[in-house]
Amino acid sequence: MKYVDEFRNGNLARRMATEITNISKGQKFKFMEVCGGHTHTIFKHGIEDILPENIELIHGPGCPVCVLPMGRIDDAIAIAKTEGTIFTTFGDMMRVPGSQGSLLDVKAAGADVRFIYSPLDALKIARQNPKKEVVFFAIGFETTAPSTAVTLLQAKNEDIQNFSVFCNHVTIIPTIKAILDSPDLRLDGFIGPGHVSMVIGLRTYQFIARDYQKPVVISGFEPLDIIQSILMLLKQYQTGKVVVENQYKRVVRPEGNLKSLEVMTQTMELRPYFEWRGLGFITHSALKIRSDFAQWDAEERFEVPGLQVADPKACQCGEVLKGVIKPWECKVFGTACTPETPIGSCMVSPEGACAAYFNYGRLSMASHRRDLLATVK
Amino acid sequence: MTEKFQTLDKALENLEKSRQARKGKFYLKDKTITLSHGSGGTASHNLIGGMIGKIFSNPILDKMDDSAILPINGSDTRLAFTTDSYVVSPIFFPGGNIGEIAVNGTVNDLAVSGADPLWISVGLILEEGFSIAELKKIIESMQAAAEKAGVHIVTGDTKVVHRGSADKIFINTAGIGIFQDQISLSSLNAEPGDKVLLSGPIGDHGIAVMLAREALDFETDIQSDTAPLNGLIHALLDATKAVHCLKDATRGGVATVLNEIALNSNVAIAIEEGSVPIRPEVNGACEILGLDPLTIANEGRFIAIVASEDAETAVRALQNHPQGSEACIIGEVLEEPEGMVFLRTALGGHRVLDMLVGDPLPRIC
Repeated sequence: MKYVDEFRNGNLARRMATEITNISKGQKFKFMEVCGGHTHTIFKHGIEDILPENIELIHGPGCPVCVLPMGRIDDAIAIAKTEGTIFTTFGDMMRVPGSQGSLLDVKAAGADVRFIYSPLDALKIARQNPKKEVVFFAIGFETTAPSTAVTLLQAKNEDIQNFSVFCNHVTIIPTIKAILDSPDLRLDGFIGPGHVSMVIGLRTYQFIARDYQKPVVISGFEPLDIIQSILMLLKQYQTGKVVVENQYKRVVRPEGNLKSLEVMTQTMELRPYFEWRGLGFITHSALKIRSDFAQWDAEERFEVPGLQVADPKACQCGEVLKGVIKPWECKVFGTACTPETPIGSCMVSPEGACAAYFNYGRLSMASHRRDLLATVK
Repeated sequence: MTEKFQTLDKALENLEKSRQARKGKFYLKDKTITLSHGSGGTASHNLIGGMIGKIFSNPILDKMDDSAILPINGSDTRLAFTTDSYVVSPIFFPGGNIGEIAVNGTVNDLAVSGADPLWISVGLILEEGFSIAELKKIIESMQAAAEKAGVHIVTGDTKVVHRGSADKIFINTAGIGIFQDQISLSSLNAEPGDKVLLSGPIGDHGIAVMLAREALDFETDIQSDTAPLNGLIHALLDATKAVHCLKDATRGGVATVLNEIALNSNVAIAIEEGSVPIRPEVNGACEILGLDPLTIANEGRFIAIVASEDAETAVRALQNHPQGSEACIIGEVLEEPEGMVFLRTALGGHRVLDMLVGDPLPRIC
């Protein structure tokens, strides 16, 4: 496929991997890929198999499905169950368990839950069903927030009365800061999220290099993008210059996408704080709909329980999200918690670290085991 | 280090356990039917293996292959018998319609068991208010598909339900075929060393249907691959006696079929990612929608497991047939890890290729 195959070239990948081996000289490096899309690429293409062992990739909290706390899923389910409602969502959210089951379960029990590809489709459904309340379950980082914003603006322009958004958009920067401040973890750098940066630009990452002395390379989503980003991170160590670099120049502009930022600011504002699954409450880490748009805010229109629900005791999603443990080190990984019967949300989305390990990682685990066995002997 | 090793060891052991559990014992924990149970992937396997198949259990059914193999008392003749229901939406899509896949699907289930398909039954469930003109179009294309496959539609049934109790039209077909010789094809028969053959590019049907749905405003030329496979399979079986297993890669796609073979034969299957034929348009649509072409449904493609020494002959036989020009070898059967399918990525890494868990898009056939 044009413009994709070029970024999946095996020979180039191996050449860069050799360079990584040469530069890193056996020294251990821990890099976090913040974005779930990167985690998915890493597993889908088996990138860890071609990297030297001293480079460890930590799969960060950048999967919007994984970080949504159970209480918010319960709220979504409460809205979906409301008589006369059509609840629309991206496919990923259907199977995420709340405290009393998932959206797929309430759909089976009779609720009208539909999965869509764009929030504008939800607006279309609202136009076609004027007697129903149509709600869009908005999730995602700054990548998807602009399309929700445009939908809100359009709903206001057309004065569509039976449409609202259940807003769960989150922001990446406060979360990276929370991870950097967490005493659990030592990281040597970040593979920065490409699509988020396409919207927010590069400036907001400067504090990571300046205040925490950690290199950041904003990366694309193809295998060669990620391998090159790792190489760029290592080169910063080699030259001793810690900065924010942009590997994904074909998409990300330093200033971001001003139009997107403008529509977001018009329709949404920062919440004082928001709960992240496994990470707890983080200040200014999520967006809510502005009061001028209250009419289209599902949290204003519907009675939601709004309860905080503790994760199941056995679930260690939080530690996995922070990179403190590897998915397979969780007590329920692969036994009680599988993609078919997920306990933690990291097992649900294909971008979740646990699902990625379960689906794609078993072989590398087996070879990891052999390596460890050799060292034990 | 030792502690870490123990944890990893335990994790692998647990994974192994859950894989083993999936193999023979199926657990149906759900209280209600959700769309996942119809996906052809793991949830369907749990429903069928954990409840339906258990209650109906008998030696013929328990083989759980595409067709039941029926011995006829006192003769060497064996019959193949199969049934399938079709609920695809939309009922008309680029390259075919619900009627065509209803005939071809049943023909193919018989053909992959090694039998010559002969007779088909048709059960129609129609929704009140459905257009007779559209019904006629479907019926005519069923007859055309039957003629093309060389089968006869010999019995049938028609029911009408209240508006809303069905979606326009649902079709059930059943079929009978006869085995010409003592051939035995089964997903139990794959052996280490065998080659994995694929009859053509994958994902066309699933993507064609998906793009025909109004929610996606894509314009492409992708057509469903629906076709009767009995002619192509005949050409293959005439060329070599070393075919161990045939399976048509419908719901759940190539990934699900390969997993079934690996589990049933207690072997591993390694696929070369770069050698799997996928049309650029299909690949592009999959990239945009976040789908894996290997899990997308096909209606005219099959996987053949063939002994290594005859693999080239088999590929040539397929390629010489008009329907098999793009057939190729995509991988091989290995001894271990048992029951696992993995992909050697174009990049030089590996990943496990699992069965589909939830259907990305229900009602594809």
